[in-house]
Amino acid sequence: MSEQAAPREFCARNRSAHPPAFAPGYKTTVLRSPRNAPIALLNSLSEITAPVFSSDDLGPLDNDLILNYAHGGLPVGERIIVHGYVRDQFARPVPNALVEVWQANAGGRYRHRNDTYIAPIDPNFGGCGRMLTDRDGHYVFRTVKPGPYPWRNSVDDWRPAHIHYSISGSGWVQRLITQLYFEGDPLISQDAILRTIPDEAAVRQLIARLDRNSGVPLDSLAYRFDIVLRGARATWFESAVQGQPAMQSE
Amino acid sequence: MVNTPEQLQETASQTAGPYVHIGLAPHAAGFDIFEKNFSNVLAGSGTRGDRIRIEGRVIDGSGTPLRDVLLEMWQANAAGKYRHPADLQDKPLDDTFRGWGRACSDFESGIWFFDTVKPGPVEGRTGRTMAPHVNLWIVARGINLGLNTRMYFSDEAEANAKDPVLNLIEWEVRRSTLIGQREARAGMSVYRFDIHIQGPNETVFFDV
Repeated sequence: MSEQAAPREFCARNRSAHPPAFAPGYKTTVLRSPRNAPIALLNSLSEITAPVFSSDDLGPLDNDLILNYAHGGLPVGERIIVHGYVRDQFARPVPNALVEVWQANAGGRYRHRNDTYIAPIDPNFGGCGRMLTDRDGHYVFRTVKPGPYPWRNSVDDWRPAHIHYSISGSGWVQRLITQLYFEGDPLISQDAILRTIPDEAAVRQLIARLDRNSGVPLDSLAYRFDIVLRGARATWFESAVQGQPAMQSE
Repeated sequence: MVNTPEQLQETASQTAGPYVHIGLAPHAAGFDIFEKNFSNVLAGSGTRGDRIRIEGRVIDGSGTPLRDVLLEMWQANAAGKYRHPADLQDKPLDDTFRGWGRACSDFESGIWFFDTVKPGPVEGRTGRTMAPHVNLWIVARGINLGLNTRMYFSDEAEANAKDPVLNLIEWEVRRSTLIGQREARAGMSVYRFDIHIQGPNETVFFDV
C-alpha cells in the first residue's frame, strides 16, 4: 500500500515519562502550568497531519554551526560533531523530520537580547542550526561544545552543558522540544530542569554518548544522540475519514 | 519473558527555555543568520480564502502576559484540506499555502499574531465535520511539555455547536475558552484569542 492509501495515527503519549507541567523545583513552572487536566483527544486529520518541510526551506550551511555565523574567524571552543537517528516508538526511521538546534557558546553565553551573563559573546558563533533527517532518519551537525552557565532559580543553580532540540515529525502530535546533555557532566545530577523528569530511564535517554567512531581525527570528537518520536500505526478509521460512520464515539 | 519486542519510549520533553528564539526565530533573538526564515505569515499574495489575522496573548497564573512565548499554528486551507499526504479528503490543495507558521510574542506587550486565511471545515475522526479551527502549540520557559490547543471562530456559532471536539468538553463553560472573537479593524478581520495557562479562565488544553 502506498503511503497515501494508508493514513496512520499515533500511539497515545505516555505522560508519566515526561516532566509534569507543575514542577516547583523549576520555579517558573509554578505560574505557567495548567491546573485543569488536559482533555483527551483522539487523533483526527488535524493531529495526524503536519507541515512538510523540504531542502528548499534550508540553506547549505544551516547544519554547520562552526561556519554558519563565522565572520572572518572560527568560533572558540571544543569542536564536536553531533549525530543520531530520529525513530518512532517501533524503531522505524522518521525521514524528513525537521531538526532545529540552539545552544550557548563555549563560555555559556547565548546570542540573545535577554542573556546578560558576564561570559562574552563569540563574534563567530550564532548558536543555531537546522537540518532534515535523511531516509534512514539520520541527522548530523557540527558545532562547538556549549559551556555550563548559572541561572536564576535557586540562588546558585547552574545548567549543565546542553543543546536544545526541536523536532517536527510527520504528525502534529509528534512535535517535541527537548535538550541534549553530555555524558560525564557532573552538573547533570543537580540540574533542576532535568530533574523535572520523574523517570530515570527517560533522563538517561537525554544524555548523549561520546562516539569514538564518528569523529574526525585531529579535528573533532563526536557525540551520538538518538531521538524517539511517538509511534505511527495503521488507523482503524480510514472509512470514517472518507465520511462513513465508525465504531468509536469521539 | 514477553512475547513481543520491546518498544521504545518517546524522548522526554524539556522546556524550550528563555532563548527558544535563537533556534526557532533568530531574528527575534536579535540577529540574522539564515537566508530563509519561517514566519508568522502563512498566506501568500495568491492564496485563496478570506484574509484574517489571529492575535492574542498567553497569560500566566498571575494574569501577566508571557513575553517570551513561541507558538506554532497548523491549519487546513480555505477548502478544508491539510497539505499532507495523509489528508485523503477530495478537496483542492492551494500551492501557495502550507498552512503552518511560527510566531513569537512581542518582548514588551506579549502580543503575538498570525496572518493567514480562514480554514474550511475538515472531516472529523468519526465522519462528523469539524468546525473551522486552527491548531496551536505553545512553548516557553516554564512550560515543560508543549501545550496543545485549538482556536475556533466566533462567527461559526452553528458549526461550533455541532463540532465533535468542542462537544467532548464536559464543562460547557470551558468551551468558550477556545473561541477566537472576531473584531473588524481597519478593514481587516482579526480574531482575538487570549490563552490563559492558569487561572479562572484557564484555556482548554488537549492531551493529543
